[in-house]
Amino acid sequence: MKMHVKNRNVAIIGIGQTSFSSHKEDQNQAEMVQEAVIRALADAGLKIGDIDCIVHGNMELFEMQFAPDLWHSLGTGAYGKDEYRITTGGTTGATLVCAADNLVASGLYNTVLAIGMEKLQEGNTTGGITNMADPLWFRNLQTGALTGTTAQEMIDEFGEERAKRAAMRYRIMMDKHAMLNPRAHRRFGLEYSQMEDLMANSPPLVGELRLIHMCSQSDGACAMIFTSEEKVKQGTKNPPVWIRDHIQIHREETIPNLFGFNKPEVTHHYAARTLFARNGIQDPVAYFDVFEMYDPSAWWAVDWLREFFLLKGDEHLRMLEAGDFDLDGRIPINPSGGVIASNPIGATAMLRPAEAALQIRGDAGGHQIKKEVRHALASGFGGTFWSVLMILEKELNWQEVSHD
Amino acid sequence: MTMQEDHKDCFVLEGKMALPNQNFAGRLGSRFLIAIRDRKKIMGLKCNPCGKTFVPPREYCEKCWTKIADNWVELGTEGELVNFTVVRYGDRHLPKKPPYILGQIRLDGADTPLTHIVEGIDPRDVESGIRVKAVFAEKTTNTIMDIDHFEPV
Repeated sequence: MKMHVKNRNVAIIGIGQTSFSSHKEDQNQAEMVQEAVIRALADAGLKIGDIDCIVHGNMELFEMQFAPDLWHSLGTGAYGKDEYRITTGGTTGATLVCAADNLVASGLYNTVLAIGMEKLQEGNTTGGITNMADPLWFRNLQTGALTGTTAQEMIDEFGEERAKRAAMRYRIMMDKHAMLNPRAHRRFGLEYSQMEDLMANSPPLVGELRLIHMCSQSDGACAMIFTSEEKVKQGTKNPPVWIRDHIQIHREETIPNLFGFNKPEVTHHYAARTLFARNGIQDPVAYFDVFEMYDPSAWWAVDWLREFFLLKGDEHLRMLEAGDFDLDGRIPINPSGGVIASNPIGATAMLRPAEAALQIRGDAGGHQIKKEVRHALASGFGGTFWSVLMILEKELNWQEVSHD
Repeated sequence: MTMQEDHKDCFVLEGKMALPNQNFAGRLGSRFLIAIRDRKKIMGLKCNPCGKTFVPPREYCEKCWTKIADNWVELGTEGELVNFTVVRYGDRHLPKKPPYILGQIRLDGADTPLTHIVEGIDPRDVESGIRVKAVFAEKTTNTIMDIDHFEPV
């Protein structure tokens, strides 16, 4: 039986976001979720009664709330409906989108509402994330989510000056994008003239990973509504955005630590080449009009651009230095400001396809790309280098290539 | 027949999670608590289309999705004990020494029960249907424990 073939096509027809902030004392979790849900319903022109199924997700342990989907049903609208809870660490939001896509594609539900949320201000992120580690061999030893390894590897490969400038250029580019997005959490108004100062004086976290490079801890929620092609044909309030394909790659954390083996392929690279091959995309930089990437730090972001776009050597640095990833560059990265600007974790990976879909619709507002966006790429990241990658399309006109 | 299980040389690692956290009551929940704290009033939120009054507060009617956040109604501080259990074990996280009664009270004017501690009656004598009244805490903490407990009228 063929895999990855949809029983029917699925479109995103509603998107709702809260603002992202570390100060949401005025809302409890269910109220914050509901704000996103109400906006998604309004965006889709639907009522809660039009929703057949709800998928809900956030990080385990981060707010110390057991079964939050139970309590949040005051805000999700799940009363009397089928609901599934999904929690896959940082990838949760993207996995929710994959699950909603599959639920509609299967034909089991016509219209599905997916909700990702996090209220990091209420919890203890490092306490939660430390409990991710293998309880037998690593939990007592693990420290949290920060790593300086990629910075050192890039410095080793490209030289200190060029590597540090690349990471800071990316960071300032993200801030310039975030300044155009009123929902973004951290909007500093950084200028490229501040590069040298930030490279030298931003507080170091681990090695050359500095505070300014790292993503925020935000509160916020995102809701998206998905429906079938048949339903879309009956009319939608806003233009539909089609989910062409998605891939999810998981693995255990000790795999890269095998002595005597070559460095294993990065999950992002494996996800990208597999997804592009089965969709006949030869040149992703040429094909896609925008990439909303889950970028937890500026160092990871720069490094991962090479993996996701299947680039070689210093191609990614040359593109960055040439402004190819700028808002109106060849292939804009994160017009929203990305994860570095806003990181409500359970929603973060959902914001990537949500923002990519808004770009396709032309509804991104201040951070809308000026040229037409027809093909969008969105990624999620979490766990021990888990990767989710999905392709969104404006038109329902792609050719199926290989689905073996 | 007794099962023989061999656990020799199978180690168990003790775990202990400590995850400090906060829970924001939000503007609406805080308003509910302020009424209890400052005015000794228990407020509900009424959905007019459904004719149902909810307590504790919620922004939207769970049934029909009408926004009810501004439709406050004052409930009685007395009500009917509609359900209860007797807590008979002690633990550090529990608010009282056992045995004590944990009850669900339908306050006058409400359609949903409020869960709270019932005192002033022996656990052997308690039964559903009795009338109880709120006893407000002398020392307030801006939590639901600003109602200290309920006791028979």
